[in-house]
Amino acid sequence: MKFTLKVWRQNNAQDAGRFETYSLSDVENDMSFLEMMDVLNQQLIKEKKDPVAFDHDCREGICGMCSMVINGHPHGHVKATTTCQLHMRSFKDGDTIVIEPWRAKAFPVIKDLAVDRSAFDNIIQAGGYVSVNTGSAPDANAVPVPQDLAEKAMDAAECIGCGACVAACKNSSAMLFLSAKVSHLALLPQGKPEHKKRVISMVKAHDEAGFGSCTNTGACEAYCPKGISITNIARLNREYLTAALASEEAV
Amino acid sequence: MTSIHQPQKMKLDAKIPAGPLEEKWSNYRSKGKLVSPANKRRLDVIVVGSGLAGAAAAATLGELGYNVKCFCFQDSPRRAHSIAAQGGINAAKNYQNDGDSIYRLFYDTIKGGDYRSREANVYRLAEASVQIIDQCVAQGVPFAREYGGLLANRSFGGVQVSRTFYARGQTGQQLLLGAYSALSRQIAAGSVKMYNRHEMLDVVVIDSKARGIIARNLVTGELERHGAHAVLLCTGGYGNVFFLSTNAMGSNVTAAWKAHRKGALFANPCFTQIHPTCIPVTSGYQSKLTLMSESLRNDGRVWVPKKKEDRLKPPHLIPEEDRDYYLERMYPAFGNLVPRDIASRAAKVVCDEGRGVVKSGYAVYLDFSDAIKRLGKATIAARYGNLFEMYQRITDDNPYETPMKIFPAVHYTMGGLWVDYDLMTNIPGLYALGEANFSDHGANRLGASALMQGLADGYFVIPVTIAQYLADEIRTPRIDTNHPAFKQAEDQVKGDLNKLLSIKGNKSVDDYHMALGKIMWDKCGMARNAQGLKQARKEIQALRKEFWENVYVPGTANEFNPELEKAGRLADYFELGELMVIDALTREESCGGHFREEYTEDGEAKRDDANFLFVSAWEFTGTGNDPVLHKEELVYENVKPSTRSYK
Amino acid sequence: MSNPIAANPYSLKWLGHFFGSSVGRKLIMSLTGLFLCLFLLVHMSGNLQLLKGDGGRAFNEYAYFMTHFAPIKIVSYVTYFLILLHAIDGIALALKNRQARPSKYAVNPTGATWASRNMTILGIVILLFLVVHLKNFWFAYKFGTMPMVTYDGKEYKDLYSIVKEAFSQWWYVAFYLISLVALCFHLLHGFQSAFRTLGLEHKKYTPIISIIGWVFSIGVILGFALQPVAMFLGL
Ligand SMILES: Cc1cc2nc3c(=O)[nH]c(=O)nc-3n(C[C@H](O)[C@H](O)[C@H](O)COP(=O)(O)OP(=O)(O)OC[C@H]3O[C@@H](n4cnc5c(N)ncnc54)[C@H](O)[C@@H]3O)c2cc1C
Ligand code: SF4
Ligand code: FES
Repeated sequence: MKFTLKVWRQNNAQDAGRFETYSLSDVENDMSFLEMMDVLNQQLIKEKKDPVAFDHDCREGICGMCSMVINGHPHGHVKATTTCQLHMRSFKDGDTIVIEPWRAKAFPVIKDLAVDRSAFDNIIQAGGYVSVNTGSAPDANAVPVPQDLAEKAMDAAECIGCGACVAACKNSSAMLFLSAKVSHLALLPQGKPEHKKRVISMVKAHDEAGFGSCTNTGACEAYCPKGISITNIARLNREYLTAALASEEAV
Repeated sequence: MTSIHQPQKMKLDAKIPAGPLEEKWSNYRSKGKLVSPANKRRLDVIVVGSGLAGAAAAATLGELGYNVKCFCFQDSPRRAHSIAAQGGINAAKNYQNDGDSIYRLFYDTIKGGDYRSREANVYRLAEASVQIIDQCVAQGVPFAREYGGLLANRSFGGVQVSRTFYARGQTGQQLLLGAYSALSRQIAAGSVKMYNRHEMLDVVVIDSKARGIIARNLVTGELERHGAHAVLLCTGGYGNVFFLSTNAMGSNVTAAWKAHRKGALFANPCFTQIHPTCIPVTSGYQSKLTLMSESLRNDGRVWVPKKKEDRLKPPHLIPEEDRDYYLERMYPAFGNLVPRDIASRAAKVVCDEGRGVVKSGYAVYLDFSDAIKRLGKATIAARYGNLFEMYQRITDDNPYETPMKIFPAVHYTMGGLWVDYDLMTNIPGLYALGEANFSDHGANRLGASALMQGLADGYFVIPVTIAQYLADEIRTPRIDTNHPAFKQAEDQVKGDLNKLLSIKGNKSVDDYHMALGKIMWDKCGMARNAQGLKQARKEIQALRKEFWENVYVPGTANEFNPELEKAGRLADYFELGELMVIDALTREESCGGHFREEYTEDGEAKRDDANFLFVSAWEFTGTGNDPVLHKEELVYENVKPSTRSYK
Repeated sequence: MSNPIAANPYSLKWLGHFFGSSVGRKLIMSLTGLFLCLFLLVHMSGNLQLLKGDGGRAFNEYAYFMTHFAPIKIVSYVTYFLILLHAIDGIALALKNRQARPSKYAVNPTGATWASRNMTILGIVILLFLVVHLKNFWFAYKFGTMPMVTYDGKEYKDLYSIVKEAFSQWWYVAFYLISLVALCFHLLHGFQSAFRTLGLEHKKYTPIISIIGWVFSIGVILGFALQPVAMFLGL
C-alpha cells in the first residue's frame, strides 16, 4: 500500500508548528498504524532527517500512551480502538492521511505528536483514590459487592487515561475521564466513605487544569477506545450536585 | 567504555533468617529494627519505576513517612508495563475451598520454578499473597465476583487449584491503577515527589553504598542528580533484548545494567520465559508481539495436523482423526494446562517437525470449537470476549469460527539483579524489586505470579526490610549531590550520550536491535546448545562493535529525543545479551525456561541438581571481558527437588 | 487545610465556588433551560388562541390577562431574567470552552450530533429572533401606540391585528420558521442534555425522557409554526 501522510511537526510547546507531507510506499496490510509510523521514521532516519516524535509503549491498547488524531478522528476512525491497535487494512491504498496531536490547552505539545498529559495525573491526585494505608485492609471477602455493581465499576475502571475524550470534545473537556474514575470508586462500597470529598476536589482539579466544561455532545464516548459510557458523566453530575448542595462538604 | 570496577572476593550471603520456614518472616518482622517517625522524615528513598513493584513501594514508603522520589520514563506512572498483564494474580486465599493453602502456593511456585528459587523468599511471597488481595480490594480494585458478591477465581497453567483473582482480561491494569491511586495519594500528601518522563541512567555509589542516581529529563534532555539514603530499582524485565517480545516498547534493562556495571551482581540472566500463547509473527516490520492470556488454555485445545501435508489446509477441513492434540497426548495429567515452558517447547517441537500451521511454519492452533459446543458461545464470550476481540482486531480472524493461531514469544525474565532476603543487592542501600530482581520464580514463572511478586515486594516486603538498613543511616545527613561521585557518574552518562550522537553512521538503532534480537532468539531462545551459544557470543560482540561505529542517532542530547533513548537502551542490551549467552553456556543442564539440547532425557528437559543447584550471580568486569561467576548454593530444607512431571 | 479558628463554618463562599465550577455553571444552563421549556409550553398555548377564529378576542383578552395579573407579571419578569441568564452563561461558557483549545485542528473531530456541536450558534439565532420578536410584539404592546378594540364594554389593545399584519409578510413568516427550526435543534439536544447535567440518567427512565424530549421539541415547534403558517395562508 502507498500513502501520503500530512504530519503535524512542532519542535516544542513554544513553536507554532506546521504540517509536513511525506509519501510512504511498502506499507503492509497487517501493519499497525504505529508500525506504519515506524516505517516513516526509519525512512526519515535513513535520509538523516528528524523522525516524528510520538508517544507509545505497550502497543496493545492498554497503557494509554499512544495518541494521534487521524483524519480528524482521535485514535482513528475504527470504533473502540487505540492508535496502536488500528491496522492499515482499514485504510484505502493511496489515501492521504492527516495526523495531528491531541489539541487542548491542558495538553501542551512536547514535540510533534507527543503531548503532556500530566493534568490527568493532577486530577487523580486530587482524590482519585481510597484512603487506605498498606496493611490496614480487612479480609477481601468481608464486604460482598453485588456482581452488577462490580461489573459497572469495572466498566468505568477500564479507562486507560489516553485523553482521546479531551481530543474529541469540542470543549476540550475531560469529563469522561473524570467521570470514569469518580464512577468506578463511587459504585463500590470501598469508595463510599470519601465519595463526596472526592468528587468535589476532582472537579476542581479538572477545572483548574484548563479543561472546558461538558456540554454533553457525546463525542468523547464515540471516540473512547475503551467504550467508557457517557452515563458516567451523569453519575458524576449527580455525585457532584448532591455532594455540593445536599451535604455539608466544603465546595 | 571502560569499567571502573575490579573483581571482588565475595561470599554471597542471602541473609535468610533462621528458624522454621513458616516462622522466618513473622519472626523477622517482629524482631527487626524500626525507624522512628521523626527519623523517617529525614531519610530519602529513591524508587526507580512505577510499575506494580515501584508504585506499591513508593506509596507504602510514603505512607510510612519516608521522603520518597519516584521515577518513570513514561508520561505517567499509570502507564508502566505492569498495566498490560491480563490473566490474573495468585493468592492462597482458598476461597474456593479446593484445598489451597500458603504451603501449596509455596510448593507450586518452587516446583513450577524447577527448583531454582529460594525457599524462604517463596514462602514469604505465598504468605504476603493473602494480604495483597485484601489491600487491592480495599483500594477499589474491581475484581471479578460471583452472583453472591464474593470474589471469583479461575485456574491458571501449572497448578490444580483455582487461586487466580482477576479483573476481566485487565488484571494488571486494575492492580496498577490501584497502586497508582495509592501513589497519587502520597504525591498529593507531599510524601512522594514524582518524576515522569525521567530515565535513570546511572547509580551513584559513595563509599560502596548506593547514594543516588543520575536521571535524564526526557523532555528537556537535562541530566539531573538525585541523592538518597537508599535506591530501589523497580524497573521491570529485559525481554526486549530479543527485540520482539510481549513487553512494552520502552521496557529496558538500563537501570539494572548500570547497577551491574557499578558492581551489583546479575543473577540467572539466561532464565527467560517464552510464553506459549502469543499471536505469531506476521511480517518483518513487526514491532511487538501480543500475548493472548494463558487463561485461554482453560478452554482452548492446542493442536496441529498429524500430517505435514495438512499444515496449510483450512482447519475445518482437517478431520478429528488427523489432528494431533499434542499437549493432551504428551501430558495427560495436565493436558493443555501444563506450565508455560513445557507448552512452549512442545509447540517448538511440533513446528520443527514441519507441522506448523502458517506459511512461516511457526504457529499452532488453539481451538475453542469443543468448548463452544459444550458451554455455548455466550459463556465463552463472557470468559474471553475481550481477548477474542483483540485477536480479531489484530489478525482479522474470528476465533469463534476458526481456531486461533498462536506461537510462543518472549514474555518474562526470571533473571535479574541478585538480591538477598531483604531484596538488597550486594551494593548496600541498593535494592531491586519486582521483575528487575532474580527473585522468586527460579527457572520458570507460573502464570499469575509476577503480579503477586511485584506487589508483595512493594507493599509488604520492602517496607519492613528497608528499615533494617535505614535504621543505621539515621545519622547520615541528606546526601550532597556535589560529591565527586555524582560528577563522575554524570560525566560518564554525558560522555556515553555524546558518543552515541557523534557516531553519525548509516544504520538505525532498530536495525541493530532487530539483528541482536535475531541472534538471541535463534541461539539463546527456546532451545540452546553450546555451539550456538559460543557462536552467538562472537556475533554479539561483532555486532556491538559495529553498532558503536555505525549507528545513526538523530538530534541532540538537549531535547526530547526518543531515538537517543532507544540507542542507550540498546547499548545496554548488547552487553546483557552477551552475559545471557555466557550464563546459558555455563549452565550445563536443562531447567525451566532454560533448555539445553544436550541435556535431555526422552526429549524432556534434564535438570542436574548434583552440579547446578545454585544461583549464578555474575560480576561485571568490563565490556567484552569474561564476567566472574559467584554461586549462591540453594538449600532445600522443606521441599525435596524432584523431577517435574506433568504427565 | 481547615483552620478551625479562621474558617467561618457558615460562610457563603461555597456559592461562588459552586457556581464557578464547570458542573455548577452547567446546572444553571440546565435549570434555566428546563424552565424555559415550560415557558415555551405556556406561550405556545397562548398563541393557539390566535387560531380560535373569533377575530382575536380570546387572544387579546389573554394578552391583557398576561400583562395585568400581578403574579403572572412577576413570572414574566423572572422569565426575562432567566432568558438573559441562560444566554449570558451559555455564551460565557462557550467562550471559555473555546479557550480550552487554543490551537485548532486541521480536520475537526465529529462523533457527535450536529445540534450538540452547534448549541451556541443555534442559541444565538434564537436570541436574535427573540430581540426582533420582542420589539415587534412585546415592546409595541407595552410602549407603542396600539389600535384598540372593545369587548363587552371594556377596551383592549388589539395585539391580534398587529400579529395578523406581521404574519401576512412572507419574509417575516420565513424568519419565524427558520428560528423555530433552530429552536427545534436546540431543544433536541438541550432537553436531554439538561437531564444528564442534573445527573438524571437511568436505564429505565432515560429512554422515556428521550422520547419526551423528541415529542416536546417537535411538538412545540409544530405548535408555534401552525399559527403563523395558518395566518399567512389565511386559514
Ligand atoms: C503481556 C503481558 C501479560 C502479563 N500477564 C501477567 C499476568 O496475567 N499475571 C502475572 O502475574 N504477570 C503477568 N505478566 C508479567 C507482569 O506483568 C510483570 O512481570 C510485572 O508487571 C512487572 O512489574 P514491575 O513492577 O516489576 O515492572 P514494570 O511494570 O515493568 O515497571 C517498570 C517501571 O520502571 C520504569 N523504568 C524502567 N527503566 C527505567 C529507567 N531506566 N529509568 C526510570 N524508570 C524506569 C518504568 O517507567 C516503569 O514504571 C505479564 C506480562 C506481559 C508482558
Ligand atoms: S474516558 Fe476513554 S477516551 Fe477518555 S481517557 Fe479514558 S479511555 Fe481515553
Ligand atoms: S501504545 Fe499503549 S495503548 Fe497504544
